[in-house]
Amino acid sequence: MANTMTQTAVPNRLSNHWLHHLLRWETFLLLVTVLVFLFNSLATPYFLDPWNLSDATFNFTEKAIIALPMAMLIICREIDLSVASIIALSSVSMGLAAEAGMGPGGLVFVAVSVGIVCGLFNGLVVTHFGIPSIVVTIGTMSLYRGIAYVILGDGAFTNYPSGFEFFGQGYVYWVFSFEFTLFMGMALIFYGLLHHTNFGRRTYAIGNNPTAALYSGIKVNKHKLILFVMVGAISGLASVLLTSRLGSTRPSIAFGWELSVITMVVLGGVSILGGSGSMVGVVIAVFLMGLVTFGLGLLNVPGIVMTIIIGAMLISVISIPLVAGRLRAAREQRK
Amino acid sequence: MMSALLKHRERFLALVILALILVVGAITPSFLSPNSLVSAFNDTSILMILAMGQMLVILTRCIDLSVAANLALTGMVVGMINAAYPGVPVPLLILFAMAMGACLGAINGFFVWVVGVPAIVVTLGTMSIYRGTIFLLSDGAWVNAHQMSAGFISLPRTVVLGMPVMSWIGIIVVAAFYFATRHLRLGRDFFTSGGNPTAAFYTGVSVGKVQFKAFVVSGMLAGLCGYLWVSRYAVAYVDVANGFELQVIAACVIGGISIMGGVGTVLGCALGALFLGVINNALPVLGVSPFWQMAISGAVIIIAVIANSTAERSKGRIILRRAVSKRATPSQHQEA
Repeated sequence: MANTMTQTAVPNRLSNHWLHHLLRWETFLLLVTVLVFLFNSLATPYFLDPWNLSDATFNFTEKAIIALPMAMLIICREIDLSVASIIALSSVSMGLAAEAGMGPGGLVFVAVSVGIVCGLFNGLVVTHFGIPSIVVTIGTMSLYRGIAYVILGDGAFTNYPSGFEFFGQGYVYWVFSFEFTLFMGMALIFYGLLHHTNFGRRTYAIGNNPTAALYSGIKVNKHKLILFVMVGAISGLASVLLTSRLGSTRPSIAFGWELSVITMVVLGGVSILGGSGSMVGVVIAVFLMGLVTFGLGLLNVPGIVMTIIIGAMLISVISIPLVAGRLRAAREQRK
Repeated sequence: MMSALLKHRERFLALVILALILVVGAITPSFLSPNSLVSAFNDTSILMILAMGQMLVILTRCIDLSVAANLALTGMVVGMINAAYPGVPVPLLILFAMAMGACLGAINGFFVWVVGVPAIVVTLGTMSIYRGTIFLLSDGAWVNAHQMSAGFISLPRTVVLGMPVMSWIGIIVVAAFYFATRHLRLGRDFFTSGGNPTAAFYTGVSVGKVQFKAFVVSGMLAGLCGYLWVSRYAVAYVDVANGFELQVIAACVIGGISIMGGVGTVLGCALGALFLGVINNALPVLGVSPFWQMAISGAVIIIAVIANSTAERSKGRIILRRAVSKRATPSQHQEA
């Protein structure tokens, strides 16, 4: 959708090519992350406390688990802007189910089912009518959150059953929270899925050249549909974590999160034009964003100022390699 | 063929709007009074002006997510200037707002044109940056009505020939765009660059430069709306127009501007904005909870894009185009 004409030739030996390319991006990201970590530890004495670090993870894990399937979707040349609204709708559905007396297990089922239905709807409209996903999901973004508002208005659900708070507040072992453990587990699963299965290879193939992918026998639309459902289901899961952590549901829950999720993915080196990116990059980017916001929080920087820094980070991290490449090309031309 | 379809589409949209107004009027006759209709139109002017700028950006295959933040930042700056120096004449302030908005738009355009960052990434970033800057400038404080000068607040409300100045500004902007996109070379360049960038390049159009110009115009209009918004609601704070960029994009989409670039008309875009405006104004009149507004506009967007895609499909595409989803085909000459 964006401005550039995609003229990237597909190389013969694909895997070598971008493993080589991405390793550099990831090292760069990792370097920045380590620098931020060191800076934080020097800037404030409270930073290195394990419980403090554990608390810090709560701020980004819910967004981070959505970033994992979102990365695959963006690699596949699609995007889903409705994730935050799916969180809201799932959360409201859980609220209704809790009012009806459902237990924690039932609530998780409800949330994930709602997420799957929302993702399925996105995917069906995109693949069946061939409409750019950015438009479809701008629409469903209003639609899903709108339904949440219609159901709940300016009210709130707060009566969640006991035991439900474990998902967002519980610890599995020592300082490792349930949320964080879940994120790490899912990161491993998605790493395997993207880099070590046929499904992952097909995702890259479609992202690089959908026409060629179709002619090589990949069911492009079905593949995209699965990815949309995956993003929806995991948004539902994120809704469980968030609702459980907050202990309440309002229709405005997770407002604007879609942008943070996409920032994480793009920061992780996934091309917004599709076709390239890696799970490792996304996971590092997640930690980078988490560390920056947490460190700034300890330094008493207000949240809204952090958005400036994250916005600037997004643009500069994307620009630097582009400018460097341009300069290198110019120098070679002069020779 | 395409133009016939588009014309048909505009007529259709106009009919739907008319029908909507009549239905609401049948239920609540007071909605049909000239006063109420003028105020509904007046409420829509800002959306309409912003949609014009966004249209240019979308025509060139980009997207501007930073318009609402740009509006809020310029509005806050203009409001603060007015609060601190009430003596500065309002027309000068408006020019300043437009210039400042244009500069903020130029920042987007610079990254898209010179650096080559995808527009969605740039404007996602500047959206947060501009919004955060408001907080830095204002320290979270509000600029309230009593701090603003009388002239600052009254200008958009002044009634000329039966309509407030704000409505006239909206009409003038739409008329100017209508003329420019049909008769000026720059106006045609937006369609050329988005419709087929390769062909545009070979005919001597610098696609990047045209994209830059689109962002500058979009920013300039956002700046203008920054003044209009702050003056109309007589308040400026950090969260002004939060999320409004999506309504603007929705207006374009409903108006038939293709997100793939190169296709769309000023009239369609204006009608798209008007359609959302009528819905937003009709709901409270009908006594429908305002909470329905979001769900309805979402549903309308989905229906509009599905209608778009089926309309486009009927005009005999190449077999391949139909087989693969539209987004999936490498984005060359889409509906040229």
